[in-house]
Amino acid sequence: MAIDPIEARGDLRLTRITKSYGDFKAVDDLTLTIPKGSFFALLGPSGCGKTTTLRMVAGLEEPTVGSIHLGETDITTTRPYQRPINTVFQNYALFPHLTIFENIAFGLRRRGLKDVKEQVEKVLNLVELPHLAGRKPTQLSGGQQQRIALARAIVNRPALLLLDEPLGALDLKLRRQMQIELKWIQREVGLTFVHVTHDQEEAMTMADTIAVMNEGKIEQMGTPADLYDDPETAFVANFLGQSNLIKGKIDGSDGDNLVIDLFGQKISMAKSRSHAVDSSLYAGIRPEKFRISRTGTQVRGNTLTGGRIEDVSYIGVSTQYVVAMPWGQELMVFEQNDDGVPPFNKGEEVVISWEPTFTFGLRGDEDVEAGTEVNPEELDE
Amino acid sequence: MRTALPKVRVPYLLLFPGFAFLFTFFILPIVNLAQTSTQTPISGGDTGQYEQTFAFGNYIDAFLENREQFARSFVYATLATIFALAIAYPLAYAIAFKSGKFKNILLVLVVAPFFTSFLLRTIAWKQILGEEGFLVPTLRNLHLLGPQTTITSTSVAVVAGMTYNFLPFMTLPLYASLERIDPRTIEASGDLYANGITTFRRVTVPLSMPGVVAGTLLTFIPAAGDYVNAAILGSPNTKMIGNVIESRYFKIVDYPTAAALSFTLMAAILILVTLYIRKAGTEELV
Amino acid sequence: MSTKVKDASIPTIPFKARLSRWFGRNLLRIYMVFGFTYLFIPVAYTFAFSFNDSGKSNLIWKGFTLDNWQNPCGAPQICTALGNSIKIGLLATTFATILGTMIAFAIGRYHFKGRSSSNLLIFLPMATPEIVLGASLLSLFLVFKVNPGFWPTVIAHVMFCISFVVVTVKARIASLDPRLEQAAMDLYANEFETFRRVTLPLVAPGIAGAALLAFSLSFDDFIITNFNSGTMMTFPKFVYVAAARGIPAQANVIGSSMFFLALAIVIAGQIVNRRKAR
Repeated sequence: MAIDPIEARGDLRLTRITKSYGDFKAVDDLTLTIPKGSFFALLGPSGCGKTTTLRMVAGLEEPTVGSIHLGETDITTTRPYQRPINTVFQNYALFPHLTIFENIAFGLRRRGLKDVKEQVEKVLNLVELPHLAGRKPTQLSGGQQQRIALARAIVNRPALLLLDEPLGALDLKLRRQMQIELKWIQREVGLTFVHVTHDQEEAMTMADTIAVMNEGKIEQMGTPADLYDDPETAFVANFLGQSNLIKGKIDGSDGDNLVIDLFGQKISMAKSRSHAVDSSLYAGIRPEKFRISRTGTQVRGNTLTGGRIEDVSYIGVSTQYVVAMPWGQELMVFEQNDDGVPPFNKGEEVVISWEPTFTFGLRGDEDVEAGTEVNPEELDE
Repeated sequence: MRTALPKVRVPYLLLFPGFAFLFTFFILPIVNLAQTSTQTPISGGDTGQYEQTFAFGNYIDAFLENREQFARSFVYATLATIFALAIAYPLAYAIAFKSGKFKNILLVLVVAPFFTSFLLRTIAWKQILGEEGFLVPTLRNLHLLGPQTTITSTSVAVVAGMTYNFLPFMTLPLYASLERIDPRTIEASGDLYANGITTFRRVTVPLSMPGVVAGTLLTFIPAAGDYVNAAILGSPNTKMIGNVIESRYFKIVDYPTAAALSFTLMAAILILVTLYIRKAGTEELV
Repeated sequence: MSTKVKDASIPTIPFKARLSRWFGRNLLRIYMVFGFTYLFIPVAYTFAFSFNDSGKSNLIWKGFTLDNWQNPCGAPQICTALGNSIKIGLLATTFATILGTMIAFAIGRYHFKGRSSSNLLIFLPMATPEIVLGASLLSLFLVFKVNPGFWPTVIAHVMFCISFVVVTVKARIASLDPRLEQAAMDLYANEFETFRRVTLPLVAPGIAGAALLAFSLSFDDFIITNFNSGTMMTFPKFVYVAAARGIPAQANVIGSSMFFLALAIVIAGQIVNRRKAR
C-alpha cells in the first residue's frame, strides 16, 4: 500500500532514532523536525551519521529504535517504494541501460501515471536539457548527469527530496553554479529538500537551516548565520569556517557583558554568547573579525598586544596573516584589501583588535582541535 | 644505436605463434572435417578407407537417420540451460550482493567441485540416485516413487546431470555481470516506486544481460555436444547426437557420417548462437 | 552504558515488521546454503567413498578403511593414467599460457587491422562443441598418418585451452589503468623496462589464474582426449572405462586429493593477494 503523497505532506519528524551496527552507533538517539517547504542541510564529516540518517528517511535502512513520521503518517518501517520521498543519489545512480527519457519516466511509470511524456518534457525543460532525452547516461557529462538525477527525482513531486552529496563529483566552478540552480529549483517547485554534505560552504550557500552532525549526534542546529556567528561547540566553530580559540578565565561582569582574562589581557564579550559552564572558557573570534594595527596606534574595542607577524599570504581579496602571540599561540587574521594600506611585513610588531560583539565563548573543557582534522577518506569522495 | 621495432608490427608478432597454432590445429581440422563429410567408402577397400566423391547426400542421410538424437540434444541442452539459469541466478546474485567479506571464498567454492573430476561427480550422482543408493529405496518406502520407477537411466537423470555439471559455467559469468551493477541503481529503483519484483525485472535483469547471454552460451554449447552424461546417467533411449558421433568414429569407423554429423551440429549451434546474440543485443561477449 | 531497562519514550519497531524484514534480507542467504549443498553433494560422496573397504566395485558402503589412501596406486593402471594426465596438463598449460598471453597482449594493448576478426578466432573454439573439436583434430591426424597418443593429446589440449587463457588475461589487461604505464615511462623506464617492471607484475595474477584454469580444463578433459589419445590412458579415461564395471576406491582417493590440492592452491593465492594488497 503506497502512502498518499498529499496526505503525507507535512513536517518530517525523527523521534529518538538510533541506528547501531553491532557496538557502533552510527546514529545516536537523534530527534529532529524538518519543517515542510524548507531547505535543510545535514552537515558533518564522513562517518558522522548523516548519510545513515538520510538512508533511514529514504527507507533504505531501518532504525534500530525510534520512529519517523511524515506529516501524521508513521513511515518507520514502510518500504522505500511506498514513501513519497525521492533521492538524488551520490554519483547519481542513473540506470545505464535506459535512455534519459526512460530514466526520468521510471518513477512515473511505476506509479501508473498517464501523462508521462508531458511531465518528463516539462522537467527536462526545467533542468534545461530537453535535447538529451534520447541519450544514454554514459554519454552525458558529470554536470548533465547531476541534473538528470535531480529531474528524475523531482518529476515525481515527492513530499520530500533527499540529496546525498549531490555535487561531490563536480568540479568547483560547476558546483557553485549547481548550488545556485538547486536553490532556485527548490523555490520553483516548492518541495522540502534535505541535503547531506560534508562541504560547509555548500550547506551555507543553499540551506535555510543546517544541522551540524558529529559522531551520530546533532551538535548544533540553526540558520547559517547563527551557526557561524555563535557556534556553541569547538567542533562547530572549527568545522564551519575557521576560528581562533583562546584559552581564558571569566574575571567578572559588567552589565550585559563578561570580562574575560586572556593571558593577562582583559577583553569583554556579551553574556548571551557565552556557552561556558564555569569560570574557564575559550574565547572564539573569527579570523576576518580581527583588525590588525602597528604597535602604538590607537585602536577601538577589544585589543590584544604583543603580536608579531609570523607569515603573510596575499590572496587577492584579502591578505592572511599568522600572528604569534606572547603566550605562544598563533592567531589567524584575514584583512580585506580595501584600504590601500600596504600589507604588513614579516616580523613587524602589531596589535590585534575587534568589536566585542563578535566574540563567542566556549566551554573551557572543550577539545580545541575538534572538527579541524581533515579526514583522509573525505578527500577521496 | 638501437633500432626499435616498427610499432605496427608488434601486435602481429605477438599474434603470430598462437594464431599459427590455432590455424593448424583448429581451422585446418575443421576444413578437413568438411572434406571428410562428403566422402564415400572406396569400393572394395578396407573398413575406414574413403575417397572424395562430394557426396552431399551424406548430410541428408546422416540427418534423417539421426534426427531423433539431434532433437534430443537440443531439447536436453535447452532444458539444462534453463534449469542452470534458474538455479545459478539467485546463487550468483547472493554472492554478488549478500556475501560481504566472504565473496572471494564463496566464488572459490562455486568452482571447487570442478576440481574433483567431473566424471567422478557424475558417477557419484549415478550412485546416489541409483538402485543401490539410499534415496530411491527411501522414496519407495514413502510411496513417493513407484516400485518400478527409477531415477537413473531416464531423460530426467541426463538433464539433471548436465544441469549440475555446467552450473559453474553459468554462475561465474552471471556473477561477473551482477557484481558490476552499482547497488545504488537498485536502491534508486526502490526509491522511484518500483517494488522488489519490478526492480528485478526492470533494472537487475537488463543490467545483468551480458552475464545471462555468456552463461547460457557457455552452458548450452557444451551441453548440446555432450555425450558423457547421457552415457553414464542415461539409457539407449536417451542417446544424444554426441553418442552417435562417438560410436560412428570408434565403433563403426564411419568417418564421413561422423564428420557430417559433427558439421551439422556445429553449424546448427553457430546459427542458434548468432540468432540468440542478435536477439539479446549484446555486442561485447568475450 | 547499555541499560536493559526499557525507555518507554523511545518508539520501538513492531516484531512483525522486523520478522518480515529479516526474512527478506536472509532468504537469499538461505538459498545460498541449499545451492552450495547441491554443488557439494557428489564431492562429499566421492570423498566419503574413498574410505570404503570396497574391494573392486565401489558401489555399496562396506566399511571404513584407510587402505585406499595408504595405497592410492593399488588399482591397476591408475597411477600411470594419473601420471599421463599430470604430464599432459603441465605441458598443455605451459604452451597455452605462453601463446594465449601473447595474443591477449596483442588484442588488449594494441589497435590494429584485423583486431575484431582476431577476437572471432578466439571465440570460435569456445563456441564449438568439444566433440567436434576432438573429432576434427583426429581426422586431421589420420590424414597425416599421425597416430593418436601422448603428443596429439597435448596439441589438442593446447588448442582448446588457448581461448580460455586469452579471455582471462585480456580481462586483467583491460582492468589495468593505462596511466600506470605512462607513469613508468615518465619515470625513465623504456618500453621493455615498463613491461617488465610494471605491466607484467600487474598482469601476473591474471596469468596465474589463466594457467590454473588451463590446467584444470586439461586435467579434467575427457571428450577431446578420448578422440586423440589412442590407447594411452589418462585419469578421466580411466574413470570412464572403469565406470562400466565399478570404479575402484583409489579413483575417489585421487579425485578427492586433487580437490583439496586445488582448493589449497586457490586459497593460498587469495591470501597472497590480500597480503600484497595491504
